[in-house]
Amino acid sequence: MDLGPGPVSIQLNVNNQAQSINCEPCLTLLQVLREKLGLTGAKQVCDRATCGACTVLVNGKRVYSCSILAIDAQDAKIETVESLAPDGTLDALQQAFVAADASQCGYCTPGFIMSATAFLADNPSPTKEDIRKGMCGNLCRCGTYAGIEEALLSMSKTPKTSAMATEGRKRG
Amino acid sequence: MADYSWPIAGSRTTIGTDVTRIDTPLKVTGRAAYTTDVQAPGMLYAVTVGCPYAHAKIISIDTSAAEKVPGCKAVTVIQKPGTEIFWAGDDVVAVAAVDELSAQLAAKAVKVQYSELPHLVLDASPHPPDGFAQPMKPEVQGDPDGAFAKAAAVVQATYSMPVITHCCLEPHGSVVAWRSGALDVHISTQSVSGIVTQMSKALGVPASKIRVRAEFEGGGFGAKLAADRWGLAAAQLSKLAGGLPVRLIVNRRTEQETGGCRPSAYGTIKLSADAKGNLTGWESETWGTGGVTGGADFPVPYLFNVPNQRKQHTTIINNIGSARSMRAPRQPQACLLTMCALEDLAAKLGMDPLDLVLANIALTGPRAKIYQEEFSVAAKAMDWTKRWHPRGKGSAGPIRQGLGLSFHTWAGTAHPAACSLTINSDGSVAVSAGTQDIGTGTRTVMAIIAAETFGLQVGDIEIQVGDSSLSSSAGSGGSGTVGGMGSATRRAAVDALQALFAKIAPALHADPSKLKAAGGKVTDGQSTVTWKQACAAIGALPITARGVNPGAGALNDSGVGGVQMADVSVDVETGVVSINRLVAVQDCGLIINRKATLSQCYGALIMGVGYALFEEKIMDQNLGRMLNPNVEFYRLCGIGDIGTLEVHLMSGKGYDERGIVGCGEPPVISPGAAISNAVANAIGVRVPSLPLTPDRVLAALGVPS
Repeated sequence: MDLGPGPVSIQLNVNNQAQSINCEPCLTLLQVLREKLGLTGAKQVCDRATCGACTVLVNGKRVYSCSILAIDAQDAKIETVESLAPDGTLDALQQAFVAADASQCGYCTPGFIMSATAFLADNPSPTKEDIRKGMCGNLCRCGTYAGIEEALLSMSKTPKTSAMATEGRKRG
Repeated sequence: MADYSWPIAGSRTTIGTDVTRIDTPLKVTGRAAYTTDVQAPGMLYAVTVGCPYAHAKIISIDTSAAEKVPGCKAVTVIQKPGTEIFWAGDDVVAVAAVDELSAQLAAKAVKVQYSELPHLVLDASPHPPDGFAQPMKPEVQGDPDGAFAKAAAVVQATYSMPVITHCCLEPHGSVVAWRSGALDVHISTQSVSGIVTQMSKALGVPASKIRVRAEFEGGGFGAKLAADRWGLAAAQLSKLAGGLPVRLIVNRRTEQETGGCRPSAYGTIKLSADAKGNLTGWESETWGTGGVTGGADFPVPYLFNVPNQRKQHTTIINNIGSARSMRAPRQPQACLLTMCALEDLAAKLGMDPLDLVLANIALTGPRAKIYQEEFSVAAKAMDWTKRWHPRGKGSAGPIRQGLGLSFHTWAGTAHPAACSLTINSDGSVAVSAGTQDIGTGTRTVMAIIAAETFGLQVGDIEIQVGDSSLSSSAGSGGSGTVGGMGSATRRAAVDALQALFAKIAPALHADPSKLKAAGGKVTDGQSTVTWKQACAAIGALPITARGVNPGAGALNDSGVGGVQMADVSVDVETGVVSINRLVAVQDCGLIINRKATLSQCYGALIMGVGYALFEEKIMDQNLGRMLNPNVEFYRLCGIGDIGTLEVHLMSGKGYDERGIVGCGEPPVISPGAAISNAVANAIGVRVPSLPLTPDRVLAALGVPS
């Protein structure tokens, strides 16, 4: 395999489409998705596997795409947030995020959606504690966690109560 | 004159209900386009060269090697030789190249010589070396010494909170094209309309030739109100590159080091009360730093006008990077110093802090009654009276539980705002403004108000924001966006509806003043037509109306308060603090979107847990640099850290009549103090400094490190 440092040809399977890309082997999967394929749903925030804004699925598992090289993802099935609503119809998890107001500025949201997609595939009926452990690899600065937890609990096959003990008080 | 006042309670269909945001579908699908997502044909990638020293003078700059790097298209000097640099990471040169790798190589080839100058990046002492401190004049009110002499109890202690960073997830940045004398700017900003004026002034381009866009913005919190060196450098590079668009997005290190920080606060506070718990004397020596830009003063004593006071503040002018306004500037600092001293005094008096606060509530001025009501709601939610125990007198095991309280105020004044509203003959309605949606829910607020006014559904209204070619509106700061845009939208909608009524009244043989729009219909009580039928009468030219926020009055007001209580557990063997529950009671005038208002409160509480337990911009005096300019060692609050959050919004009679008051910022003020107080209540001693990390907790407990 040609390892550069100049551009080399790599083959990726992204959202069930074969992609042939000419790029430097030092580029991360995130850089290739965003810059070469125009899939800008995954975001670059911490750029070192902490915040989860770049989360995509690689062979169905959650991966920080900032922290693997595109050249190393060649034999894998890669799924990005763009694969979830190809015709614009939101899937059930996306709808749950919308209903629970689980997004404010929205920059972390695609990463959370992808992370939650894989999380729910592994655990279709998570408890609050499961969610707090299983979703801790993604960070949000606006503080939408209560909404995210509510969204995931609403997806659970056995509904539970959420962290949001909301009771807006009405007077008069 | 048209009646613009808000529909009264009971007659509202949409305002104040839980409305799902209209733009979230774009965010959950990744289709929302942020500045970092903008791709333009021929776009160049820019990288900046930052000064490695905290304080230095630029001696010389040699960009010749950089210009020869293959792919490099432009080099611009941001700060010339001879310029004094006041913080590490400040930008000196920017380069643009055909791709990011080439730009990085070109940036590496830039040679800058500096002459280092003495620096200070610490702030723990109020008496730093000469030149680094700006003491303010002492202020005295009444007779503090007399008050302390006669007091039944006096406490004195030093409390502090460090500099923290905004840590916006979308870093600062822009994509700028400067061609044919015009600037086309995409920029991650909280102030779409304001950037036009700033760039016009700085670059000498007429404002009419500048278009600024920020369709979506990935977090600002006060750090993104300016074009910054970065926006201006992107413009210069584009001009040098013959008008090609230039993308300059700062990296995470730059964002954390220089993209904005909140000033620190330290204070040695002396507070006294008489035997009944009436506050009698306050004395404070306070200090803090916001780097070279100041802004490190804060209003103490917070909320309480203690009768006898002596206070003196010193601003430390050091080299940490420049402070920027951050969510309720100056308030969390003043709140922490005051509320911690207050609970320490209560402990010394053997009083429940809630009783001490309520005994002194008259000292808070005109909002006293509302605070009282809010404390009563919070105490009930927390079951305070039953669950509170004297300091350190809870369970004896290794996990100690405790309660703490705090309260706050904020102006939330509606900002200057304008919008344009169109009703088309097909019945469609569009509202547009040069405002922005930074997570506020601006679009949804505008849609709710138009829908309410026209008797339509939120989904019937098309909203466009984030473009300076639309009606100028102020930046999103001071929690003023909902009040400003809400008031402007209401006025435009009422005017447009009057125009529609005037047009259709003859056909309906109706008196236009008797017509009403509700439930998708227009009626005078006798003749009824659907909204669409009514709009068909509009004719060739649509109805357009411009709405402007008239300022404080019937539609919006200033001044809100909030009360918070924290329930924590502390492991006295490891020093780890966990949040069990936070209760927040917040008033905010007329609520437009209850769901988004609650989200703002939850978000503020979560940010509050972050700065109470985790966040600190750690500086190294030898290096002069930030040691944790990233996200793994600059720790944000995670989903597992939040405990249970409970928000009570004070609304309805007595609150709604004030119109809109902003509430995006105030709930972030109290968590630091409430959590610190709860920890003190749990473990029996005060942990004097935020964040309440395990090492600080163990040190306060006297555990040898």
